[in-house]
Amino acid sequence: MTRPGEPMIHRSDLRGDPKRVRRERRVRALFVISAALSIVISLLIVGSLVGEAWNFISTVDLGALFDLGWFPRRGLFDLRTIIVATLLISAIAMLIATPLGLGAAIYLSEYAQPKARRLLKPILEILAGIPSVVLGYFALTWISPNLVQPVFDTQVFNMLAAGIGVGVLVTPLVASVSEDALRAVPQELRAASYGLGAKRSETVRKVVLPAGVSGVVASLILGVSRAIGETMVVAMAAGATGGGLFTANPLDPGITMTAAMASLAIGSDQVAGAGNAFQSLFFVGLLLFVITLLLNTASERFVRRVQERY
Amino acid sequence: MTLDKPVIDTAAVVHQRLTGRRVQWRELAFETALLLMLLLSVGVLVVLLADVIAASLPVFRTRAGDFITGQLSSSATTAGVGSSIIGSLALTAIVAVLAFPVGIGTAIYLEEYAGDTRLARLVRTNIRNLAGVPSIVYGILGFAIFVRFVDAVGLGGATNGRNVLTGGLTLTALVLPIIIITASEALRAVPDSIREAGYGVGATRWEVVRSHVLPAAAPGVLTGTVLTLARAFGETAPLLLVGAVTGFFTLGSSATLLDRFTDAYGALPVTVFAWSRQPGDDFRALAAAAIVVLLVVLLTANAAAIILRNRYERKW
Repeated sequence: MTRPGEPMIHRSDLRGDPKRVRRERRVRALFVISAALSIVISLLIVGSLVGEAWNFISTVDLGALFDLGWFPRRGLFDLRTIIVATLLISAIAMLIATPLGLGAAIYLSEYAQPKARRLLKPILEILAGIPSVVLGYFALTWISPNLVQPVFDTQVFNMLAAGIGVGVLVTPLVASVSEDALRAVPQELRAASYGLGAKRSETVRKVVLPAGVSGVVASLILGVSRAIGETMVVAMAAGATGGGLFTANPLDPGITMTAAMASLAIGSDQVAGAGNAFQSLFFVGLLLFVITLLLNTASERFVRRVQERY
Repeated sequence: MTLDKPVIDTAAVVHQRLTGRRVQWRELAFETALLLMLLLSVGVLVVLLADVIAASLPVFRTRAGDFITGQLSSSATTAGVGSSIIGSLALTAIVAVLAFPVGIGTAIYLEEYAGDTRLARLVRTNIRNLAGVPSIVYGILGFAIFVRFVDAVGLGGATNGRNVLTGGLTLTALVLPIIIITASEALRAVPDSIREAGYGVGATRWEVVRSHVLPAAAPGVLTGTVLTLARAFGETAPLLLVGAVTGFFTLGSSATLLDRFTDAYGALPVTVFAWSRQPGDDFRALAAAAIVVLLVVLLTANAAAIILRNRYERKW
């Protein structure tokens, strides 16, 4: 500290108490370590997937990857079966979630009175917090017998019911992300539209939606990604957990990529099977990881476009 | 002829043109369609709850207490969710102990220390990507890495590492990105003037964070954490891969604490899954009753989080 008659401040005075400086460094190091942990987790995920997936691809008979159906314990790994089922169920889910989620988002953002919004938004949030295993039960015990079976002559386990269940699961996600995007559209744009004499629906369709389109698209991509990665609804309601023949009929039971992974784990409480069956788990996992990573990155690009413009 | 009345009542014409006598059917149809979509989305929740509660009534009416405390069993008349609840609580506790400090630490690093450095950008991108990884992929991480790790450090027990510790580690990895993202948002909401006031009186960065930023961000951080723990409580898919048993198990009363942590374990959502797969209405009713218990826990946690937020949240 400066003494009287010595007004100059030395640099050493500004350096601070060495004890505090040391503590500051220690704390900072702790934070850096915890931040680095998340990178370690990513590396571990990729590492655990790639090694065994490579073992699978290099040892499996490539003909078995396109043959009849998905029966890993019998050495049949028809990728078409699980990929087509995954796409089919995701498509059904998005057919449900797109109108429901977007409609809910537009209503909440453009039409709802503040009071109605305060009531309805939390209900959507609760729906978003319902575990997927509960929606799996719901798809199996309610959607299938009450919505699917009265219309189509089919058995309880079918991909349509699972797809509807996944759609219900994805709806709140689509609604909440696209509502955020619509609310981010500046009020001036709406005012300008009304000023030109546009009706409310015209303003929504020709001004608000085009302005928020990036966020809306992002919400849909995110929804697809979530639908593809969803496990429990599909494992419970789509049936065919032991394996299945190739089918593109949504009324048949089907096995998705996620359900294929889950079914290798259940039944025996032990991930088991002849060498290849065990490794196929990693291969499918890697496929799933890459697909969802690409979709999420694309979705992020779209979101960033909204943020940059306004 | 008098001109005391105007030939055209301008005010009336304008009024009529503005309000219009005809209903704008297309406007009304558009709004109604949107409202219908919203009500359908919300109505699903109502139908779901009604369906589950109706299906669970036989169980709760005849043996509520016995069901809540009972163990898993192959007989539908004696099976209960007691052991599963304990398993799920243990998992959630492990997640809380591990993910909370690491998650907050990372968020503090990203928001308070890192700025726009290369490492920070890498960590941010990485966390966003991790948050989008399907939960079952974390199951693979769990059984390829964590199971071996837990076994290698001698905590494998009778299950060779497929125990509640592994399950907890797996769920920790799963929810860590979400905790980091919500905590970051809470920290970002604290205005810079608070920090500058701290620096102005000579506080170091950590002192500012500890005594000013963290207390101000605490409600947001805690709300996010509670919601995330609720998510961990309801997670099923990754646990299937790291050995949460879908079969039937009992632990003797002589089991020590270490046994409980290293032996086979159950979890409430996994139990729901297992019972739903059983043929017959008995187990369906049990599954519904287990769902009711699960939802009661989750809705309580959600309500607590919302109350916490409303009570302590500050608008700057």
